[in-house]
Amino acid sequence: MDINLPALFGQLLIGLINGSFYALLSLGLAVIFGMLNIINFAHGAQYMMGAFAAYFLLQYAGLNYWWALILAPVIVGGIGIVIERAFLQWLYKLDHLYGLLLTFGLALIIQGLFRQQYGSSGLPYQIPPQLTGVRDLGFTFLPNYRAWVVCFSLAVCLGTWYMIEKTRLGAYLRAATENPTLVRAFGINVPRMITLTYGFGVGLAALAGVMAAPIYAVNPTMGADIIIVVFAVVVIGGMGSIMGAIVTGFGLGVVEGLTKYFFPEASNTVIFVIMVIVLVTRPAGLFGRVA
Amino acid sequence: MKLLRTAILSAAMVSATAAYGQISDGVIKIGVMNDMSGTYADLAGPGSVLAARLAIEDLGDLVKGLKIEVVGADHQNKPDIGSNIVRQWIDVDKVDVIVDVPTSSVALAVNEIVKEKNKVFLVSGAASSDLTGPRCSPNTIHWTYDTWALANGTGNAIVKTGGDTWFFLTADYAFGHALERDTAAVVVKNGGKVVGQVRHPFPGQDFSSFLLQAQASKAKIIGLANAGADTTNAIKQAAEFGITQKGQNLAGLLVFLTDVHSLGLKTAQGLIFTEAWYWDMNDANRAFAKRFAAANRGVYPSMIHAGVYSAVTHYLKTVVALKSDSDGKAVVEHMKKNKTKDALFGDGEIRQDGRKVHPMYLFEVKKPEESKGPWDYYKLRATIPANEAFRPLADGKCPLVSG
Amino acid sequence: MAQATGQLTAPAEAHGHKSELIAFVVMVAVLAILPAFVYPPFLMKALCFALFACAFNLLIGYVGLLSFGHALYFGWASYFAAHLAKVGKISIPYWAGSWQWLTITNSPMVPELAIFLAVMGAAVLGFVAGSIAIRRQGIYFAMITLALAQMMYFFAVQAPFTGGEDGIQPVPRGYLFGLFNLANERVMYVFVMVMFLLGFLLIYRVIHSPFGEVLKAIRENEQRAISLGYKTDKYKLVAFTLSAAIAGLAGAIKPFVVQNASLTDVHWSMSGEVVLMTLLGGLGTIFGPVIGAFTIIAMQNYLASFGQWVTIIQGGIFVACVLLFRRGIVGEIANLLRIRL
Repeated sequence: MDINLPALFGQLLIGLINGSFYALLSLGLAVIFGMLNIINFAHGAQYMMGAFAAYFLLQYAGLNYWWALILAPVIVGGIGIVIERAFLQWLYKLDHLYGLLLTFGLALIIQGLFRQQYGSSGLPYQIPPQLTGVRDLGFTFLPNYRAWVVCFSLAVCLGTWYMIEKTRLGAYLRAATENPTLVRAFGINVPRMITLTYGFGVGLAALAGVMAAPIYAVNPTMGADIIIVVFAVVVIGGMGSIMGAIVTGFGLGVVEGLTKYFFPEASNTVIFVIMVIVLVTRPAGLFGRVA
Repeated sequence: MKLLRTAILSAAMVSATAAYGQISDGVIKIGVMNDMSGTYADLAGPGSVLAARLAIEDLGDLVKGLKIEVVGADHQNKPDIGSNIVRQWIDVDKVDVIVDVPTSSVALAVNEIVKEKNKVFLVSGAASSDLTGPRCSPNTIHWTYDTWALANGTGNAIVKTGGDTWFFLTADYAFGHALERDTAAVVVKNGGKVVGQVRHPFPGQDFSSFLLQAQASKAKIIGLANAGADTTNAIKQAAEFGITQKGQNLAGLLVFLTDVHSLGLKTAQGLIFTEAWYWDMNDANRAFAKRFAAANRGVYPSMIHAGVYSAVTHYLKTVVALKSDSDGKAVVEHMKKNKTKDALFGDGEIRQDGRKVHPMYLFEVKKPEESKGPWDYYKLRATIPANEAFRPLADGKCPLVSG
Repeated sequence: MAQATGQLTAPAEAHGHKSELIAFVVMVAVLAILPAFVYPPFLMKALCFALFACAFNLLIGYVGLLSFGHALYFGWASYFAAHLAKVGKISIPYWAGSWQWLTITNSPMVPELAIFLAVMGAAVLGFVAGSIAIRRQGIYFAMITLALAQMMYFFAVQAPFTGGEDGIQPVPRGYLFGLFNLANERVMYVFVMVMFLLGFLLIYRVIHSPFGEVLKAIRENEQRAISLGYKTDKYKLVAFTLSAAIAGLAGAIKPFVVQNASLTDVHWSMSGEVVLMTLLGGLGTIFGPVIGAFTIIAMQNYLASFGQWVTIIQGGIFVACVLLFRRGIVGEIANLLRIRL
């Protein structure tokens, strides 16, 4: 195979774009896991709900993409808060696996309801007019919208990292995961903090959904398959750190992009193969603390 | 809502009992099985049940006095679920004829069961040309279209109008490979050239890197050898990357009216593909489409719906003539002997291998400004006459074809 | 990790094996009579899933390991058996300057051999996947098994011998031991029932063996088991492989029942379904998975015309099981009657 350098750069860039979705989703999972000790299987469904929320806002309220970018995460995050209060809060004292099973059930319900109501052929959602068009970078064509996706998700990821690792709020959060009783003794409402954290993680998923709406088909199953890939991303990164989730997300997007160029047949499986290799060599993941 | 609709559609009794002694258990039971809730729910789904009912309605006096029942079921595009339903339909519910069945994998499974139980299978939704090829059966008629006809129509016409270099974007599984192989053969036969292909994972989500490879190939035509959400996703992202504006054209090898509807004309414009039927071709079709849409949440009929209508019509005419529905093989034999005629497909015939033959049409999706209203999506580019539209009888390797 | 607390199951207090024996006799009697009242192909399918759920239960109920990718062994065994019975070609790639294919056999096999080899195949897959997955615990273990299963799902979509979306079909039923014509529905039913009972008894035997006692000790407290000198990883791996092999047995019978092997059985939703069956019937109960499988399969069968509602109801059952009755149907009954089931 002759290597065409410009094309290769093009693929790298595309990989970075896919990586930004992985990063946002695995970041949301990491935030939720860090605080609630729950692997949120409904994450894919919540990502899908974000995309649908964007569609509904446009269709029924006439609110465009930019509004959706703010409102959809708030709405879906709100639903997440309801879910946490109604279901998840009863599980904290049980084995972690029950959280996985419960959210799996929730994912089935949400996806089933959307399919029942909207079929699965997909709904149209256009790229916002400000971001249509393609930029000729010399080595490749980059649609403006994708450039926006990379920049914006990078900003969101870093913002989240900063908030959790560098601010006082983040310090409380981290402290509460380590020792909730002690933090409560300082007069901080830990249950509420947990609820809000779940809402925030879900909101991140919804945000990814809104960003995906203009370029991927908006349909009820859009989150079902991607979530398993994100699980593999999480295993590779190790749940230890927020930064780990971000770096692994972007990195694996790039690796996947390269696979699509050199060996397209394996592009679906490459992330899983990497997962196996990482597990054999570093069982705790690349950034993980040993549990 | 959808639940209610399925419940209403699931049993439609027509007329009272009569003196047809040979009708097994006194009822002609038509089982419409397809994807009622998934990817193909809009292009087949409950609409096919409706189409079967409309066909019965239109036969009017001819079937008066016959007890005809239409039942519907959802196979969820899974062969094991589909074959389960069909077995139970035939063994327990005494269904006489299975209709529609999109998704080739399910259709191939049903094909075997119907043959084993000697019932009748009228395929409208499935694409695999194997159904009239190596897997042909004396109990099966493939009605509306098949992969060979689509590949042939699209490949042929595009090469003839100057699209002589092709790059294939192929779904990496048996169905995608078959579509690519059939189309590439047609392209090469007509003097075109295949400059490359890329196999994308199935199901795919992001096609951008494959589209970039297609773009770099400088081929005039990018052939989409995939289906359903893969096709719509690829078209959507091709529009985003401005591929069509830069002079390359997309050719869909399996595109339906409902796909175009969900993409919107802005994204789908210029797309070329082959279909067997379009609602806006003549008055009879338009009248049918109006009636159909009124009872189907305003969604217009696809060629699969029209095929169900046509197939059920011919089947019932045959059963009336034979005064019997008990021997599936005999019914199909009789259906093959007599020419078909109905409001939507006009005159046609059924070949020895079970292939229903009629003209196919090459369509191009209109530009938004050309469209006069909702569902006005296609313009006709070429008509492929019936004798050229389908695979020659001798090439199919069907064991039923002697000599 | 948390599984050491052993909250996953709530085994009822033991009152000897009498209740189990009675329940077993009742089960055999019911299975023998049922075909007179219920459509036999449905029963055979349900029996396959019941065995599958029992195999899964061996892991989660008695070792405390949640495998979220058990469809891998079930579905691939199904492909193996279907392929061997229909085509029978086995080729092994080897290196001789370039990659060559060595074809070992090239003719369709008798059902018993096809099923045996398929079970071996599933055991090998289970061994490989198990050795990777047991490196992590708890939810990581679940995620890894899920990811591995998804990887093999994609492989099944692409591999030529699986027939992609079409699957392998039709699978001939053939003659068992050259004597019994499996095309006869009654003979087939007896065959499926016998295989189910054999698998069931094997699992029962394992659970009540010294090996099974060590597994339960690992479930209750892995650290303690380690400090007692048990190489827990080895025990876990053997249990995993065994569970995969029995799941493979269930999967290997299925293509003979439904006469096709398809992607449905390797998809992650199938892994979810088997979790649901076991959870609903009762984790860590011997009869629970059987009850759970019959309930779920019956629901799918009789509610099929309602399309997506089946999925929604399944999701609802998941939520209800986790929040309200974690012991499952059989577990609750056993607890109520203070017997072991």
